[in-house]
Amino acid sequence: MSAAARLLAPSRWRVWEYALWAAIWATPLLFGQHAALINEIAILALFALSLDLILGYAGIVSLGHAAFFGVGAYGAALFAKHVMPDPLVGLAVGTALAALLGLLTSPMIVRGTDLTRLMVTMGVALVLLELANKFDSITGGTDGLQGVVMGPLLGQFEFDLGARVASFYSVAVLFVAFLLLRRIVHSPLGISLQALRDNRLRVMALGMSVQGRLAAVYTLAAAWAGAAGALLAQTTGFASLDVLEFHRSADVMLALIIGGAGWLWGGLIGAIAFKLMHDILSAFTPQYWTFWIGLFLVLLMLVGRERLFRPATWFKRGGSP
Amino acid sequence: MSAVVLETRQLVKRFGGITATDKVSLTITQGARHALIGPNGAGKTTLINQLTGVLPPSEGQVLLRGQDITTLAPHKRVALGLVRTFQINQLFATLTPLQSLALAVSSRRNAAQRWWRPLGHDADIAVECEQLLQQFRLAEHADRLTRELPYGKRRLLEIALAVAQKPSVLLLDEPAAGVPGAERQDILDTVSALPADVSVVLIEHDMDLVFSFATRMTVLVNGAVLTEGTPDEIANDDRVRAVYLGDTQLQNHG
Repeated sequence: MSAAARLLAPSRWRVWEYALWAAIWATPLLFGQHAALINEIAILALFALSLDLILGYAGIVSLGHAAFFGVGAYGAALFAKHVMPDPLVGLAVGTALAALLGLLTSPMIVRGTDLTRLMVTMGVALVLLELANKFDSITGGTDGLQGVVMGPLLGQFEFDLGARVASFYSVAVLFVAFLLLRRIVHSPLGISLQALRDNRLRVMALGMSVQGRLAAVYTLAAAWAGAAGALLAQTTGFASLDVLEFHRSADVMLALIIGGAGWLWGGLIGAIAFKLMHDILSAFTPQYWTFWIGLFLVLLMLVGRERLFRPATWFKRGGSP
Repeated sequence: MSAVVLETRQLVKRFGGITATDKVSLTITQGARHALIGPNGAGKTTLINQLTGVLPPSEGQVLLRGQDITTLAPHKRVALGLVRTFQINQLFATLTPLQSLALAVSSRRNAAQRWWRPLGHDADIAVECEQLLQQFRLAEHADRLTRELPYGKRRLLEIALAVAQKPSVLLLDEPAAGVPGAERQDILDTVSALPADVSVVLIEHDMDLVFSFATRMTVLVNGAVLTEGTPDEIANDDRVRAVYLGDTQLQNHG
């Protein structure tokens, strides 16, 4: 095989990828009664996909990704309330605002260690949470932003109480984001992000700007996190301080870790697993479901993903596949 | 005498009370095979770090083809043709050698910020990668993850990544350090096969390699230039002998 073909090989679509996407598109059709859950999963998946871009590819750890989610949510909700109710325009506005925040905060994540980045990203999210709390005349404070009425999607499809339109809308946005990010991660820019994660010094020594690349990827990830937030605000007709809370940043990290960072599908699979576990476990034990997800997380990290999902390897000694 | 490509003027670097680089003025001509030697702590690596822009000098200037680059960012110096290898491998552990080289070649061709077409879309880049893999004897290992390669092969990749930049000045920081016997010869061969118009600055402790490769040598001691000359002149210099007293390798070459 030529070098070109070998370089192109990872970017080729696999059969299982087509199959998975067909299955994802089929779910809102086949399971319309669970449309609200499907909508939530698609939004979390988009949020996790955005985190994967910076964490899984560029190696930037963040415990404050909710900052962008929240700005996207409030941006879209306020836009719908005060300017115009069109969902797609609102989505663009929420996305753009989050991207702007990403661009402005990107210099903060360029320097320092992982611990610095964890704390700085968390700090930014906390600052925004408190600002949203303080300026309650705009955001509605702890009561949340009430009275967000969305117009019909594409001027035709009214958001219904059963969330059917919402679920298609969110899956469609997730699909577009996935297609775009899949192209990017296999491009020279995307490979250079992995290179950055492996060795920043060498990236510089190959004549590439480290800061420019980090700023670009952080802005892009912020934009898609903002889109996820905008989707939530639009499909629920509501935005509250909850969109900026720390647990959002932690949940999305959890979902991504469950699905595995650095291969794009991790965010989607993790979001499905996380939401289904939440749904099923909280049906059994409404108050204690976090006990089980915590236990699962500990097992996953200590045993390793490969081993955990291959029971055949459980009783073999040291046989990591 | 060929044109001067790289030059330092009265370069000084102080760390607190310590002067690591002491008024170093150095000229590297086009096509030079210039060795920089000196005992441990002589300031060789500090000097390289100022040439590449990782460390800002306290005083003095660095010029590349007459252009003052003293304050230029490291990656911009690379774009101007000043490229280095590292004493300790600085590679991309989770990429393959082929991907790493494709990225390096893309960077040189200003294609490393493209985000729509996949890496490998540009056939010219792929062909150039194939040539580099052959040249550096990496073809058989091209599709393994870099972290799984034997040390000698990683060392070759280290140099290949720098050569992929088509440098006008190549700074080689102990290229053969730690490489065992057979693979060592690969490195010596590839280094001596570098294009004649490339100016090479070699930092090396291995005197066999230095004397077989260099046509010009600078001896650094305590951050300052002790002397500069041809290998013969250096080998017969009493002050250099004094610095390296007991170094039988150097005496053998005298």
